[in-house]
Amino acid sequence: MPRVLIDNVLCKGCERCVVACPQRILTMSKELNAKGYFTAKVAHQPRCIGCCLCAITCPDNAVQVGLNGNQYKLFEY
Amino acid sequence: MELVFKNTESLVPVTRHYCPGCTHGVIHRMVAEVLDELGVRERTVGVSPVGCSVMAYNYFNCDMHQAAHGRAPAVATGIKRVRPELIVFTYQGDGDLASIGTAETIQAANRGEKITVIFVNNAIYGMTGGQMAPTTLPNQVTTTSPAGRDVNHCGWPIRVVEMLATLRTPSYLARVSTHDEIHTVAAKQALRKAFAYQVQGRCFSLVECLSVCPTNWGLAPVESMQWLERNMIPYYPLGEVKTPDDDPAAEVRHAQ
Amino acid sequence: MGEKKLLKGCEAIGEAAVQAGAKYFFGYPITPQSEVPEYLSKRLPEVGGVFLQAESEVAASNMLYGAAGAGVRVFTTTSSPGYSLMQEAVSYMAGSELPCVIVNIVRGGPGLGGILPSQGDYKQATRGGGHGDYRTPVLAPSTVQEAADLMIDAFDLADKYRNPILVLGDGLIGQMMEPVEFKQRSPVVVDKPWATTGAVGRKPNIINSLYLDAPTLERHNIKLKAKYDAFERDERRWEEYGAKGKLDVLLVAYGTVARVCKTAVDEMTRQGLKVGLFRPITLWPFPMPELRAAARQAKAILDVELSTGQMVEDVRATMAEKVPVHFYGRVGGIVCTPEEVAFHAGRVIKGEQVNTIGEYAGLTTAVTA
Repeated sequence: MPRVLIDNVLCKGCERCVVACPQRILTMSKELNAKGYFTAKVAHQPRCIGCCLCAITCPDNAVQVGLNGNQYKLFEY
Repeated sequence: MELVFKNTESLVPVTRHYCPGCTHGVIHRMVAEVLDELGVRERTVGVSPVGCSVMAYNYFNCDMHQAAHGRAPAVATGIKRVRPELIVFTYQGDGDLASIGTAETIQAANRGEKITVIFVNNAIYGMTGGQMAPTTLPNQVTTTSPAGRDVNHCGWPIRVVEMLATLRTPSYLARVSTHDEIHTVAAKQALRKAFAYQVQGRCFSLVECLSVCPTNWGLAPVESMQWLERNMIPYYPLGEVKTPDDDPAAEVRHAQ
Repeated sequence: MGEKKLLKGCEAIGEAAVQAGAKYFFGYPITPQSEVPEYLSKRLPEVGGVFLQAESEVAASNMLYGAAGAGVRVFTTTSSPGYSLMQEAVSYMAGSELPCVIVNIVRGGPGLGGILPSQGDYKQATRGGGHGDYRTPVLAPSTVQEAADLMIDAFDLADKYRNPILVLGDGLIGQMMEPVEFKQRSPVVVDKPWATTGAVGRKPNIINSLYLDAPTLERHNIKLKAKYDAFERDERRWEEYGAKGKLDVLLVAYGTVARVCKTAVDEMTRQGLKVGLFRPITLWPFPMPELRAAARQAKAILDVELSTGQMVEDVRATMAEKVPVHFYGRVGGIVCTPEEVAFHAGRVIKGEQVNTIGEYAGLTTAVTA
């Protein structure tokens, strides 16, 4: 099952990942990080399909995607 | 658990200073991914500009050369001509490439320098606080066009890719956007093609990346994505405008 | 022992660079030095080098900046208006500690000026025409042979001190033909671990002059100044000609004007006068202690330049009013003759105040303290 990991230190709260996710599993946290940003967080991890669009669209390398098992390559990147 | 989307070796693992939602970070990462995928990091030299990305020399994990404003294509020419085995790229904003550097841009393309130019077009001057750029859209408000860009006063925005496409010298010229994830995926393909042409030693390549500037446009990052799509893409159409396989005779026919 | 060839100054300068192992030239045509790019466009492909005519001097100097950062010996030649365009890149190269050689074949100015010889760029050359706290060492040859010799030395100095070096000629040096012998020397190999050669098995190198942190920038400027102090201490060059010691008048001149003055010195010596010539070869660093020593027992100095008075300010600063300094200049592209120099030297010896620009009567310009 794919897993999205968001780094709260690197995240600047731009919300690009939230709108990028086709499964709408990401949302914004209501807690500030040390730099004063509201960071992104995963709301529904089980529905992640491992498309990596969140990681692709993130400007700050704040999103990692981890896999257990097989993953379809959904598009050329 | 295996990380399928890992960090890239050609990118230095530091926090970048760009504003939240600024697509410089996305473009940096994709350029770095391409350098990794082509396996050329250790023979790459990047030329950084003056502008928001002035400190790109701290972010790319390859040899870097900081250039004066607009001069990056000339600096890159110097490096590539004396060490042709290196992969040389420039990374420039719209002021750097299309204002002070217009001559260097056109002449490097016309000479067919085998370099790759990454042109980040956000229709405004970011680092200096939001002044008008050569690519600022008509009626767009900036700090030096407070009533909106008046095309009767200072002309229309420059479409760099189309302008360079009129040159007879073969090149790869493409315009992509990074405003949302779908277009970002397509942008990566163009960047890979651009660098691949240089690895093959074929031609000059330039990828114009339409980008957002939330801070100076006065919009939140997600709003800026929508602004770009509604306002910039109609004036700056996306696509490959020229490839080195184009028939040069065809250009003449189009001109007639 | 190499063979002597009859060469135009421009060609000698280009060939000397090739002899020094500099195979890369980025330049732009401008009178009176276009013969250099023309010569090199044929010569450099012969030695496996690269000749590229850039779109402007702005571009050419920035190509130098890139190539110098990539660790090769690179040079350009230009004339006064072109050198103005290069100031930005020279400042960047000094700030980034990059070596290169630039030749300025000076023509009449200011602005578009003229195409005949002049020495009106002295201040631009020695005061560093670009922005920032750096220095440009300047070598001023007086013959075509010396131009060839100094070109080769310039590359060694540039690599040793990691700074741009300016070779300052004038239209006469560029255009006249004289016999030149290129000294045979073993090729110099300079290790440049800081260059952008591709980060194979090492940390990336960054060529940069931006230091936003003030204490870091101060340390960097102090480091540069120490380099310039060392250059000033170790690399001053000059020549003394003619009589020494108790002199009726000491002529001070550089470049081709010094050759004119040598003829004047010979003529006046034949007439029984005690006249000598002090010729600075490095204009920066100006050979101050050596000038003071040469002028210690002179009754007066006559500074002769093809300008309205630029080096004379350095001469006056050096002499600090211990010896009266007079000035004779010609401008517009006109080169003074030995007769004119002897005439005005004679006026100095007679006790007249001489500050003349123009043939004989010309403009008497105010004495600057």
